[in-house]
Amino acid sequence: MAQNKLNIKAEAKNLNFFYADGTKALKDVSLPVYENKITALIGPSGCGKSTFLRCFNRMHDLYPGNRYEGQILLHPDNTNVLAKGVDPIEVRMRISMVFQKPNPFPKSIYENVAYGLRVRGERSKSAVDDKVEEALKGASLWNEVKDRLQDLAFNLSGGQQQRLCIARALATDPEIMLFDEPTSALDPIATVNIEELMSGLKSKLSILVVTHNMQQAARISDYTAYMYLGEMIEFDATDKIFTNPSKKETEDYITGKFG
Amino acid sequence: MAKNTVNPDESLIKPKTLEEVRAMIKSHKRNDFIFSCIGLLTIVFALLTLLILFVDLVMDGYPKLNYQFFTEFPSRKAAHAGILSAWVGSSLIMLVTFITAVPMGVATGVYLEEYAPKNWFTDIIEINVTNLAGVPSIIYGLLALGLFVYTFHLGQTIVTAGLTLGLLMLPIVIVSTREAIRSIPVAIREAAYAVGATKWQVMLHHVIQYSFGGILTGIIIGMARALGETAPIITVGALTFIAFLPPAPLMMEPPFISFEWLQSGFTVLPIQMFSWLSRPEHAFHINAAATGAVIIMLTLLMNGTAIWLRYRIRKNIKW
Amino acid sequence: MATTQLLKDLPVSKRLAKNIKRNFIERVIEIILMLSALTAVFITVGIVYILVTEASGFFSDVSVFEFLTSRQWSPLFEDAHYGILPLISGTLTTSFIALGIAVPIGTVAAIYLSEFASHKARETVKPVLELLVGVPTVVFGYFALLFVTPILQKMIPSLPTFNMLGAGIVMGIMIIPYIASVAEDAMRAVPMQMREGSYAMGATKFQTAIRVVTPAATSGIIAAYILGISRAVGETMVVAIAAGQQPTFTFNPLEGAATITAYIVQVAMGDLPHGSIGYQSIFAAGMVLFVLTFLFNIIGHLARKRFAERY
Repeated sequence: MAQNKLNIKAEAKNLNFFYADGTKALKDVSLPVYENKITALIGPSGCGKSTFLRCFNRMHDLYPGNRYEGQILLHPDNTNVLAKGVDPIEVRMRISMVFQKPNPFPKSIYENVAYGLRVRGERSKSAVDDKVEEALKGASLWNEVKDRLQDLAFNLSGGQQQRLCIARALATDPEIMLFDEPTSALDPIATVNIEELMSGLKSKLSILVVTHNMQQAARISDYTAYMYLGEMIEFDATDKIFTNPSKKETEDYITGKFG
Repeated sequence: MAKNTVNPDESLIKPKTLEEVRAMIKSHKRNDFIFSCIGLLTIVFALLTLLILFVDLVMDGYPKLNYQFFTEFPSRKAAHAGILSAWVGSSLIMLVTFITAVPMGVATGVYLEEYAPKNWFTDIIEINVTNLAGVPSIIYGLLALGLFVYTFHLGQTIVTAGLTLGLLMLPIVIVSTREAIRSIPVAIREAAYAVGATKWQVMLHHVIQYSFGGILTGIIIGMARALGETAPIITVGALTFIAFLPPAPLMMEPPFISFEWLQSGFTVLPIQMFSWLSRPEHAFHINAAATGAVIIMLTLLMNGTAIWLRYRIRKNIKW
Repeated sequence: MATTQLLKDLPVSKRLAKNIKRNFIERVIEIILMLSALTAVFITVGIVYILVTEASGFFSDVSVFEFLTSRQWSPLFEDAHYGILPLISGTLTTSFIALGIAVPIGTVAAIYLSEFASHKARETVKPVLELLVGVPTVVFGYFALLFVTPILQKMIPSLPTFNMLGAGIVMGIMIIPYIASVAEDAMRAVPMQMREGSYAMGATKFQTAIRVVTPAATSGIIAAYILGISRAVGETMVVAIAAGQQPTFTFNPLEGAATITAYIVQVAMGDLPHGSIGYQSIFAAGMVLFVLTFLFNIIGHLARKRFAERY
């Protein structure tokens, strides 16, 4: 791993987050997201890792009363995605997201993948066709659905639906992709498929993934961050975290003494 | 990329600059704003229209809304006419309606939710309940005319009208009972069974008690609907001009209670309103407006209570 | 504890007797409950039975062909005609006007409430809508006759006092809260994850509402429309008061015409002898109304059920 060639794609700086009821869910969290790397967020449930992930594309803005403090800088243009003047829609056009439970729209497979392009006002049929095919190939779903692109997306299996959601997120060429426990609702085989897919995707973009599964973090990620009770306990290269963590809490969690 | 297009630049989507993206978002957001305005205007317009109508009604009827209006019988002279026979008739009919619809509705709800086996027989009952809720009220009037008046020979009386409205209200009570029961978690039932209660004991001590608020909501809404119903009562044969009261249900001498009132002719508030409304003279229209104001206030009060009750139940109970 | 005898201390025979008694009571209660539930079936059977027997008396005098094709309805006249078409035209015209108002306004209101309005605004408006659904229809008849029609007459001087336009408009206003409320329920039932999926792609509220939420709630929204139609077709008092009582085969909203329901009310207000053809005619008309609304209700119910199954 050539440390000196690493580019930071995004970085959270002293991020605090408050839910509408006043709960402080994130405390002074800082984290770099390296370009073309997979960064995993681990920690016991309720530690704020999903909350943290959802700050990156401002999902919390959907529910009134939530409040951010601090910065998440998006490079190379140094945009603070949390700034008041920055439109969350613009942020979401650059940073896409895959959810815990597959959530395809009640539309055809084709329209699901094309959705992001439609939202961006893309009208050219051939351009959308190409992009849909490219995204489905990127999500290794093309061979399974190429003959039934007009079928309702609900007819796919759970694993296929999740790959469809990845294709949907991929079709708009995002700079960063957020994964919120993408395999927690899937069976082991589908999980392996998604993991392989994620490892393949990092050549094109940067990935931040929340996982409840430590083995998964160890398998796929290049960097791992351990969070506990809304705080960032430790961040380092995955090998280091899993073999020789510098903090006692991390070690306890990794070795299963707690969590 | 993967596809062998002749000129990739032509078919691929060109990446947009940040300025272009921002311009696009701005135009999309304009749609958001436009629709927000349209939606808000629509709702304000609809609510305002209804408000104006109600205010107009109350203003029209206001001069008549005094003590006398409630204590006088209808009269050929608009100025002397009152709604005494109408509100007494409405009250007595509501009493019959309540007594018939509530026990049957709750029993049906409990049966369908807790006892009924999952088979075609239960399905038929369920489809019937759903369908009955959507049958126009005047059809209930025809049923009552054919069945109660001419087959059972109950006549055009308070008991007929009460039963008719009872049938009309039944689906509302059933549906609300079922919804209320459904919201009680299985764990509560299991806890009761685990200490050795029989099924009926579980129903009586737990299920019906805990769903009482929800059932009450349905009863109030159903009673409000029965109070305002006009068409089926007309069909059954309500009189439009009544200058007497039904025999009193309580007497000074033994046996103290009389059920003669059940067989009395009757009129009700909405029919009194309808009959005044059908007259050409403006003076009677004022009486109609006053009656309408009374009906509206009563139904709004009842429905308001029910909605408030439901809101409180939702807020307080967290299983 | 001293006075009560514990179950385990009873001899076996007594314990069994207790069980048998208890089981018997349980059984009786279940049967009583089931009989109550059967009432719903009896009511439907009763409706069909009464309508069919009374209407069959009617159809022994009147051919079904005349009933369905004649353009005149005058059972109470000397020169009696028995064509249901005028009553149907009146019913359809008033219903179309009502839906023309209630469907667009109700839908826009539902989308706004579900997707755009703040939580607080929704929590305020929704109960008001439910409150308005409960306003008795006779009151709306008053509005149609004495408020809306006079305003319309200022714009259209030739408009008669009893006309289908005024009645239809008021009926539409009356149905708005109902359609808005049911459609809003359907849209609220669309899972939040689906909206998040759309927002995460950079969609705006309007795009999410139109492209994701509305299609996802289609069958629920259609159910709202169909139940609205059923209400309009079965509505009685507004049309009986304001649309006129003269059966006329016309689709012109500027004229007055009787609907099926208005005709039944008109006959019931008079004192027709039991068993006369005029008396039977209201059951024939009622049967048509019942079949119409029954069809709408079944379709609406199926649409709603399909919607409920999906989520």
